[in-house]
Amino acid sequence: MSTIEHDAVIERPESEVSGLGRLHELVTTVDHKRLGLMYIGSALLFFVVAGLQAAVIRLQLAVPNAGIVPPQVFNRLMTVHGTSMVFLFGMPILTGFFNYLVPLMIGARDLAFPRLNAFGFWLWLFGSCLLYYSYVGGEGLYGAGSAPDVGWFAYAPLTERPFSPGNGTDYWILCILLTSVGSTATAINLIASIVGMRCPGMTLRKMPVLVWLALIWSSMILVALSPLSAAQVMLLLDRFLGAHFFDTQAGGSAVLWQHFFWIFGHPEVYILVIPGFAFASEIIPVFSRKVIFGYEVMVAATCAIGFISVSVWAHHMFSVGMTPAGNVFFATSTMLVGVPTGIKIFNWLATIWGGKLRFRTPMLFCLGFLFQFLIAGLTGIMLAVVPFDWQLTDTYFVVAHFHYVLIGGLAFTIFGAIYYWFPKATGRMLSETLGLWHFWLFLIGFHLTFDTLHFAGMLGMPRRIYTYQPGRGLEAYNLVASIGVLFQAAGVLVLVINVIRSLRSGAPAGDDPWDAWTLEWSTSSPPPEYNFATVPVVQSRRPLWDAKHPEDPDWRYE
Amino acid sequence: MSTTEAWEIPSRGRMAMLGLIVTESAFFAIFVVAYLFYIGKSLSGPTPRDVLEPPIGGSIALLSSSITVALAVRALRGGRVRAFRAWWLTTLALGLAFLIGTAREWERLIARGVTIRTNLFGTTYYALVGLHAAHVTIGLILISLVLAFALRGYVAAPEAERTELLSWYWHFVDGVWVVVFTTVYVIGR
Repeated sequence: MSTIEHDAVIERPESEVSGLGRLHELVTTVDHKRLGLMYIGSALLFFVVAGLQAAVIRLQLAVPNAGIVPPQVFNRLMTVHGTSMVFLFGMPILTGFFNYLVPLMIGARDLAFPRLNAFGFWLWLFGSCLLYYSYVGGEGLYGAGSAPDVGWFAYAPLTERPFSPGNGTDYWILCILLTSVGSTATAINLIASIVGMRCPGMTLRKMPVLVWLALIWSSMILVALSPLSAAQVMLLLDRFLGAHFFDTQAGGSAVLWQHFFWIFGHPEVYILVIPGFAFASEIIPVFSRKVIFGYEVMVAATCAIGFISVSVWAHHMFSVGMTPAGNVFFATSTMLVGVPTGIKIFNWLATIWGGKLRFRTPMLFCLGFLFQFLIAGLTGIMLAVVPFDWQLTDTYFVVAHFHYVLIGGLAFTIFGAIYYWFPKATGRMLSETLGLWHFWLFLIGFHLTFDTLHFAGMLGMPRRIYTYQPGRGLEAYNLVASIGVLFQAAGVLVLVINVIRSLRSGAPAGDDPWDAWTLEWSTSSPPPEYNFATVPVVQSRRPLWDAKHPEDPDWRYE
Repeated sequence: MSTTEAWEIPSRGRMAMLGLIVTESAFFAIFVVAYLFYIGKSLSGPTPRDVLEPPIGGSIALLSSSITVALAVRALRGGRVRAFRAWWLTTLALGLAFLIGTAREWERLIARGVTIRTNLFGTTYYALVGLHAAHVTIGLILISLVLAFALRGYVAAPEAERTELLSWYWHFVDGVWVVVFTTVYVIGR
């Protein structure tokens, strides 16, 4: 008895609508798949914009005393680059993937609250536009200021009215407030869907790993984003009503802002990278032709990361001068969070071990992720050692470390996920040849840029400087780092070409091009608006394996 | 397969309201921490002891509204729509009484020259109490909406779960008041 029904019989009528009609469809849609793709598409646009900003930054730093951009413009570039990459690219693209995949993977027809989902998207999109509007609207009534130039963590009291006149900082605050509310709405929606919308038979222990990680991710958003929103509201009160929360001249505390920001900021790192774990946990088993090793441990380790990550924030603040007890506590908890993360890496390796590997593009990106995320974790442990951190905090070593996490770890899995699920979302395969070009160009570029920056940092190059003096041994590292940008940009360009070519004339994908096992591959590509004609019933973690191998189903062993 | 019949999972509405309460709690926690952190750190007066009087009447009104809202939900579940309307209206009145109390307190404080600009006490006091009052206001707007629907005859026993979820939010706002009251009028004074 097959529990998975094919939907191919029911055809959606080809919609012949004008451009305006299509726009109307986009604006009014509440379909989780469309909203998911809208999230991913707009996030990729912001990724390109913020990537170009990074390119200008690297161009300015390629040689000493380069006069490409003046210092004020440089500060705005690095602020908007950081804020964009976290709030306008990282968060929304992950929201988009979860939006698209979670209902399909749990066998539901949509999220629990489709209209809330649309609300979250539009809030996020217009909030994001505010950040870029600051370039023209930042002058405000004061005739001063442009885009925000206070850095992505916006330390007080620099953000107070006397030091940041104009409205640039205000747009920054509003952008983050609105996008955070949007993310929180999505998180609540995902939790309600995962808990209350699973198809019959899908008990908690039979959910795909990605769905489990989406649940943990959403729970972390609930507790991590609202402290940031609270701090932003305080900053708004300071700037507009003359309150004194972070006004040091009236007794306010600059360190309190740092605590509030990093109570959000460090869980945020895991909020960004846990979806990367989720993608790797779906892709690696399929391309190793094995079930994931240690399903329960994998989920438990992610829960542990979720819990520990809310108690490590002040390792960003060792140089502030906390008490020795505080330093010891945060150093220990930071090292502790490496344990569950290490468990996950070993589990992925054990999944690969003895598997029948297929080195397709999604798998290549995941292998790159494994290697690079390990190094990122190791430099993280180094920075958890307080005296080491005192020496290297606010240098390019830290910059290289977190770019290793966010590009080497997260961006690589996002690229892998794009190659893996693109056939499902569009019905067409991406070119494998261009995928290889993308992978190798980006890999080489990534290592040229960020391996060398570790050394520049160890030699003492501080972050956030717009130029540096010649003759300090920094020239070669910076030049190589900047050359790496060319390779990374070329890699992304190849991806764009690949996507456009595939949309026009890619090979048809069929329902299940990777011979995978989770429910999204049981419906057509692209899935119909209602996802499943009949609600599926599952008996194991790999319902499609059961359907394809009725003689040896998984549920006998789980 | 037999799993289809026995398949029961938690209500999505309850999960969503629970999620909202969790995230709101984290939001309030930061304001409470800021309040506690700045106790006694004002560079100039007036101090809380000079100007603050515990709003006993308003607190009693707000806390008893938790009971009336629970009675309203129970009445609706039992299909007693008239009783529901009565208890629901009482809840609205008690919530309004609390808000009026807060408004009077602010009026008195402003008359004595304490504003959000005055010192750190003013900053944290107006922010925390104002944040709570904003939540009370939102709750009252939602309660009024339900009341309007109820008076037009649209609220009956099938809506019991939804009104119960709204009552969860109201209980949360009341619970937060206990924390705010303790922070501002007991510890901070």
